[in-house]
Amino acid sequence: MQAHRRMLDPTANSLHSGESPLLKTVGLTKRYGDFLANDAIDIDIWPTEIHALLGENGAGKSTLVKAIYGLIQPSAGQIFWRGQPIMLSGPSEARSRGIGMVFQHFSLFDNLTVAENVALGLDGKESFKDMSARLEQVSKTYGLPLDPKREVWQLSVGERQRIEIVRALMQDPQFLILDEPTAVLTPQEADQLFVVLERLKAEGRAVLYISHKLEEVKRLCDTATILRGGKKVETCNPRLETAASLARMMVGGEIKEVKAAAGRQTTVPRLVVNDLSLAPGEAHGVRLEHISFELKGGEILGIAGVAGNGQDELFAALSGERLSKDPGTIVIEGLAAGHLSITQRRKLGAAFVPEERLGHGTAPRMKLSENALLTGHAASGMVHHGFIDTAATLKTVDRATETFDVRKAKRDPEAASLSGGNLQKFIVGREILRNPAVLVVSQPTWGVDAGAAAVIRQALLDLATAGAAVLVTSQDLDELAEIADRIAVMFHGHLSAPLATSEATREKLGLLMGGSTLEPREAAHAVGA
Amino acid sequence: MELIEAIILAVLAASTPLLIAATGELVTERSGVLNLGVEGMMIVGAACGFAGAWLTGSIFIGALFGIVAGTLMSLVFALMALGLAVNQVATGLALTILGVGLSGLIGAGFVGERITPAAHLYIPGLTDIPLIGRVLFGEDAFVYFSLALVAGIWWFLYRTRPGLILRACGDNHVSAHALGYPVLRIRTFAVMFGGACAGLAGAYLPLAYTPFFIPGMTAGRGWIALALVVFSSWRPGRLVVGAYLFGAVTILQLHAQGWGVGIPSQLMSALPYLATVIVLVLLSRARTGGSTAPAALGTVFVPDR
Repeated sequence: MQAHRRMLDPTANSLHSGESPLLKTVGLTKRYGDFLANDAIDIDIWPTEIHALLGENGAGKSTLVKAIYGLIQPSAGQIFWRGQPIMLSGPSEARSRGIGMVFQHFSLFDNLTVAENVALGLDGKESFKDMSARLEQVSKTYGLPLDPKREVWQLSVGERQRIEIVRALMQDPQFLILDEPTAVLTPQEADQLFVVLERLKAEGRAVLYISHKLEEVKRLCDTATILRGGKKVETCNPRLETAASLARMMVGGEIKEVKAAAGRQTTVPRLVVNDLSLAPGEAHGVRLEHISFELKGGEILGIAGVAGNGQDELFAALSGERLSKDPGTIVIEGLAAGHLSITQRRKLGAAFVPEERLGHGTAPRMKLSENALLTGHAASGMVHHGFIDTAATLKTVDRATETFDVRKAKRDPEAASLSGGNLQKFIVGREILRNPAVLVVSQPTWGVDAGAAAVIRQALLDLATAGAAVLVTSQDLDELAEIADRIAVMFHGHLSAPLATSEATREKLGLLMGGSTLEPREAAHAVGA
Repeated sequence: MELIEAIILAVLAASTPLLIAATGELVTERSGVLNLGVEGMMIVGAACGFAGAWLTGSIFIGALFGIVAGTLMSLVFALMALGLAVNQVATGLALTILGVGLSGLIGAGFVGERITPAAHLYIPGLTDIPLIGRVLFGEDAFVYFSLALVAGIWWFLYRTRPGLILRACGDNHVSAHALGYPVLRIRTFAVMFGGACAGLAGAYLPLAYTPFFIPGMTAGRGWIALALVVFSSWRPGRLVVGAYLFGAVTILQLHAQGWGVGIPSQLMSALPYLATVIVLVLLSRARTGGSTAPAALGTVFVPDR
């Protein structure tokens, strides 16, 4: 039914009648062994269009844009550029034809300067001096200020993205691909990016925009193509859709709505941090500055902030990966714990889920049961007289699998063989099954598809309902708004006073994430709330 | 006076193979590849270099033999570590073991033979200046070549686009690949350059340092060259300083024994490595950010296609 309506929807194609699309793929297919990453995808990109590419993880978005950018060769199908069939031998050929790309995981070189990074993205036909002059000019024209002499490791994430965008713009591309550009930006930085994109569109260029943020797509994009399981599901006008209808097309069914139990009672403080300051443990680290908060049972506190503002350091301090000199700075279940090891903190009833799933949350080449043992050995009865109780470790795997719908090929596979979402469900499940009094979790649904994300968020809510104190660090403001009772923001190692979620508007959070302070009266009011 | 001159000359001669081999390894490591097989490539270069010179009577052709032999050895490494993505540390160590054995085999027939060593520069007037004359104007061609090589590599790395691309591969191979640079091909060339330099450095020993070949004559110089690259924190300028410092230590060790200084020679031999460890500690303490080592050093890269 819906599909039919959309086919009749005139906005998608009639505007362009008589012209040919700037870029067109016909039956584009990429096969890895038996796996079809892209299955006969047709997509049309028109000039002066911002075209969204939507889909869950593993839907084939990255594969598609890599093929269009010449990074991988399609197994079948054809790409047309301005109506002519083309075969791209590599990215430099794509660039010379006028196709530019801004990567999700930046393709920058940390130890090289901004100018050198830009030079590497160009084809080297002009002298370094001319290039530097042009860099200055382009960055001024588009309002993207850059200091060409600084090395990349000194720059913030937003500045790094600016390099990528300026580098792409310096090739004067007719068609620019952006892979999840706003995932790491503050709302204000994202707004600045949208201004640039609107301007590119006004200049007659086309933009292909990959994003998970549906509201953003509705606001910015003229057309949306939705992929699911390597196939194209639909091309539609996102402004005529709702975020829910777009999500349905991405997932291919309804997403279970996350529901908080009404009237959750808060009890005693279970995790208290008193004036915690800690020097960074490594060269690029952030110093924690006088962090204080109190987290009661039954409560979820969200910590927002742009990555790299001390969230990792705070996690390390709370989990006991780094000890603080003063035991009283961290109080778990009423006991001073700042000087205690991870294991001792676990015995007090705390559980920890770090951001990085492979290598931090799990040992990638070890089996799930062994990974269960790695965090459960202290307090979950998996070790008797120094010997591992394999039956108990396997039982933990089975329970986590059952309770959290972990999908895997066999009973006890290696951690690395699970997909991101399923591994995350296992890790969160492993900790929740220990019935922790305090759960500290970092980026619980980062890079996890919508279905698995809903399961994990629901589990965190249920845990809080059962009386535990939950601390969630996330860069996804929508996620925090959905599950947290209060939200605080980290910036340069400082933690703001928490705002009640009902009062934490995107504007306020965005200001805090950018390092501004709220009106003193307002902040005081929020703390009181 | 004459003793000082003799010591300086000996230091220069002892430092030159270190400098040449370390320059090659520096380029290899700057591209992100850790080739621990320098000692093996050097010793094969020494055996083949001597064989070439003995058979043809030409030092130049001997040096070419050394270069070719070192390059061939490095290709074995490139095939394993880059082509088949095998662990670089293991491959490099295996290459050294292979090289030591192979050089014994190649050089077996040449032990006890002698050649005329490489001629020294002689400019009437200039070379005769006391003290500095022979040091500046009376060296063999290898010494001048080694300094020109380092200068050339500095210019290549920091002033040319291919040099920038090579450094980029060493910093982040995923990004370099995403931008469309052929990471493995670039690294193969860097490894081959490292092999050629190691081969030449090895050939220097029987062609200029001592005019005969004995098995195992590199005597750990390949390892010192590796340490030297770390010591220089991957910068060509510091490499020159380090090479002459390490060369001086080896010479001083001999003289110290001659003068009867009561320091065990083994301790003196360990000094270059000790110095490297101290430099590493100082580097990591002084570091304000960024990494001094090429960030992708020693990591395996398999492009997705």
